[in-house]
Amino acid sequence: MFFLKLVLRNALRARLRTALTVLGVVIALVAFGLLQTVVNSWYAGAEAASGTRLVTRNAISLVFPLPIYYRERIRSIEGVRGVAVSNWFGGVWRDERSFFAQFAVDAENFFPMYPEFRFRPDEWQAFVRDRRGAAIGRQLADLYGFKVGDRLPIRGTIYPGIWEFTVRAIFDGRDETTITRQMYFHYDYLNEFVKQRFPRGADRVGVFVVEIDDAARAAEVARAIDAEFANSLAETLTETERAFQLSFVAMVETIIQVISGVSFVVILIILAVAANTMAMTARERLAEYATLKALGFGPAFVARLILAESVTIGLAGGLIALAATPVVAAGFFESVGRSVFARFEVQPVTYAWQIAAALAVGVLAALVPMIRAANVKIVDGLRHVG
Amino acid sequence: MQLPLIYIARNLWVRRLTTALTAGGMALVVFVFAAVLMLDAGLKATLVATGSDANVLFIRKGSETEIQSGIARDQAALIETLPQIARDAEGRALASKEVVVLNSLTKADTGRRSNVPIRGVPPVGLALRPQVAIVAGRMFRPGSNEIVVGSAVARQFAGVEIGRSLAFAQRQWTVVGVFDAGRTAFDSEIWGDSEQLLQAFRRFGGFSSVIAQLASPDAFDALRAAVDADPRLTVEVKRERKFYEDQSRALSNFISYLGVTLSVIFSLGAIIGAAITMYSSVATRTGEIGTLRALGFRRRSILAAFLLESLLLAAAGGAVGLAAATFLQTITISTTNFQSFSELAFSFALTPRIVAVSLIFALAMGLIGGVLPAVKASRMRIVDALRAD
Repeated sequence: MFFLKLVLRNALRARLRTALTVLGVVIALVAFGLLQTVVNSWYAGAEAASGTRLVTRNAISLVFPLPIYYRERIRSIEGVRGVAVSNWFGGVWRDERSFFAQFAVDAENFFPMYPEFRFRPDEWQAFVRDRRGAAIGRQLADLYGFKVGDRLPIRGTIYPGIWEFTVRAIFDGRDETTITRQMYFHYDYLNEFVKQRFPRGADRVGVFVVEIDDAARAAEVARAIDAEFANSLAETLTETERAFQLSFVAMVETIIQVISGVSFVVILIILAVAANTMAMTARERLAEYATLKALGFGPAFVARLILAESVTIGLAGGLIALAATPVVAAGFFESVGRSVFARFEVQPVTYAWQIAAALAVGVLAALVPMIRAANVKIVDGLRHVG
Repeated sequence: MQLPLIYIARNLWVRRLTTALTAGGMALVVFVFAAVLMLDAGLKATLVATGSDANVLFIRKGSETEIQSGIARDQAALIETLPQIARDAEGRALASKEVVVLNSLTKADTGRRSNVPIRGVPPVGLALRPQVAIVAGRMFRPGSNEIVVGSAVARQFAGVEIGRSLAFAQRQWTVVGVFDAGRTAFDSEIWGDSEQLLQAFRRFGGFSSVIAQLASPDAFDALRAAVDADPRLTVEVKRERKFYEDQSRALSNFISYLGVTLSVIFSLGAIIGAAITMYSSVATRTGEIGTLRALGFRRRSILAAFLLESLLLAAAGGAVGLAAATFLQTITISTTNFQSFSELAFSFALTPRIVAVSLIFALAMGLIGGVLPAVKASRMRIVDALRAD
C-alpha cells in the first residue's frame, strides 16, 4: 500500500509533464486503433462472403466477358445448385466522388442465392416487374437519401449514355456484417442496349455466381467448371467468392500494408516521448533514489518504483484510449468513412493490441532509467544536482 | 542583446538522451510525412512523364480509361483524316490505332494475380514514343505473335522471361525482349502487334484508343473543336499528358489525404514530446534564467533563446527523418491503380519542394511545442527565478 502511494505521489509530482505524457499516449493509441480498424474494415467485405458461392470469370482477366450460354452448361455440372449472372456496370451517379457499385444481374436467379439480402415482398414484386427498376441496399439508400420511386440517372462509362433507373426496392441486410452499399438492376435491360449498339458484344456477362451444394467440395466443383471450358474461346477461372473478393482487396494490398506498418510507427513515436519523460524524471530524482538506498532500500526497490510509475502512466493513457477509440471511430465513420467503408467497427483484437502497446511503452520507457537508478552509487547520487 | 547560438546548442548537448529521444520522435513523424509526399510525387512523376505534350489521345466519349473505351474502325479512319494531325514524309497520318486489354499474371513475390495491360502497338506507335528503348532481346516483329515486356513487368511478374511464352486468347505469345520506358507507366505494360491482338481477343468495340501527334503544338484547340463539331465522331480528345495526369488522380488523392491526416495526428505526439522536454528545460534552469535576466538580458532574448532551442531540436529531428527518407528512393512500389484497374510500378521521388515542406513541417512542430514553455520562461520575475532551488 505504501509502495503504491509513493508511486502515485511521484507520478503526480510533475503534473503538467505527466498529463502531457498521458495525453500523448492517448493520442498515439487512438491513432493506432483507428488505423488498425481501417485495415480490418478493408477486409470486411471478403469476410462476409459465403463459402457455398463460387465466382466464375474469364481466365484472361475480369475485363473479358463470358458468353451467357455458359450459364446452362455450368448448371449441369454436378454439385452445382444454381447459377446467376452478374455484370459490373461502372456507372457514375452525380460525380466521381459519390461512387457506388452497380451490378446487372438476373434477379430471379441471383437473389435466391443471397438470402442475406431481405426484400419487402411488395417491393420485390415491383422490382421484378419494372425492366428499368433498381434495387438499392439500405446502407447506400441511407448514404444518399434514395427512396423507393426515385429516378436515378447514371452515366455509363463502359456502356455509354445516360441510363435512367427507378428505385423499386430497398433491401436490408440480414445482420450488420452484410454489405448493402450497392445497387442491382436487370441484366436484360443492359443486354438489350448492347444488342442494339454493339451487336457482337451482346449476350455476354462479366461473371457467373455459382451456388454449390457442399462448401467442402468447393475446390472440386471449381475445377470441374474450369475443365468444362478448357481450350475454348473463353477459358474460365473459378474461385470461391471470398477469394474473388480478396483479389480486389489484394490489389491495393501494398498500400494497406503500408498503413498497417505506419500504425506501429506511432507507437514508436510515443515510446520516445514516454521514455524521455521517465529519463528526465529519474535524472531529477537521482538524489532521492540515493537517499532511499542510504535508508536501506535495495536497488530492486528503486527500480520497481520507476517501473511502476512508468507503467501507471502508460496504462492510464491506455485506458483512456480504450474508452475514446470507439467514439473517435464512430465520428470518423460518420464524417468521412461512410463513403469508403460499408462497416467500421473496432475489433476486440485491436483493443487487446492497444492495452499491450500501453504496457509495452510503460515497461520499455522505464528500462534505461531503472538500470541507471539501480546502479547509482549512494555518494554520487547524493552529490547529484538535477 | 541575443544569447549566442552556441549557448543554446550546448543546452541540448548536455541533455543528450532527452534531446535524442525528443528529436527521434520528431524524426519518425517527418519520415512518415516525407515518405507520403515522396510516394505521391513518384506516382505523379511516373504518370505525367508517360504522356507527351506533342501527342493527343482519343477515347470513346464518357469512358475514363483506355480499357473502358472502344473506337470502331470507321471512327479511327475518320480520326486519321483530321487536318490537325501530323503527317510523315509520305503523307500518312502519325496516328497509332491501339488496343489495350488486361491480362492477369502472377506476381513473383506474393504469387497473387494482378492485372497487367497488354498494348497492341502498330509501328507508328513506336515512333510516337521515343522514350521506349529495348534493353534486352529485341523488339517484336510486326504481324507476329511476339511480345515485349516493360522493365517493371519483367522485374515483378513470374513467367515473363525472354524465350518464355504466355498463353492467352487461344494463342501462344513469345516474349522476345524487355523494354525500358524511362520510369513511365509503359514500364508496367506488355506490348505486341496491334492487329494480332485485336484479332485474337475478338474485341467487338474495335480499337481502345488512337494516339496521334499534333501537326503543331498549338493545334489542340482547333482539333478539339473539329472533333466536337463532327457528329460522326463519338470520341473525346485529350492531350496525352493530361490524360495520364488524370489517371493518377484517384490514387494520388488517396495517398496524400491519408498521408497528411496521419502526419498531422502523429505530429501531435511529437509536439507533446517537444513541450515536455522544453518545460523541463525551463524548470531545471530557473536559476540560470534569473541570472541571465539579472545580467541584463531582456525577456525577449529569453523567449527567443528557448524558442530557438526548440526549433534547433526540431531541425535536428527533421534532418534525421529526411535523411532516412532519402533511402526510400531506391524502393519501387507496385500497386493497382484503381482508375486504370491495372498494376502500376512507381518509386518514391524526393524533390526540393518535399525537402523544404518537410523541414517547415518539423520546424512548425518545434515552434508549437516550444512556444508555451518559452513564454513561461520569459515571464519569470528575476527575484522569484533567482530564489528558486
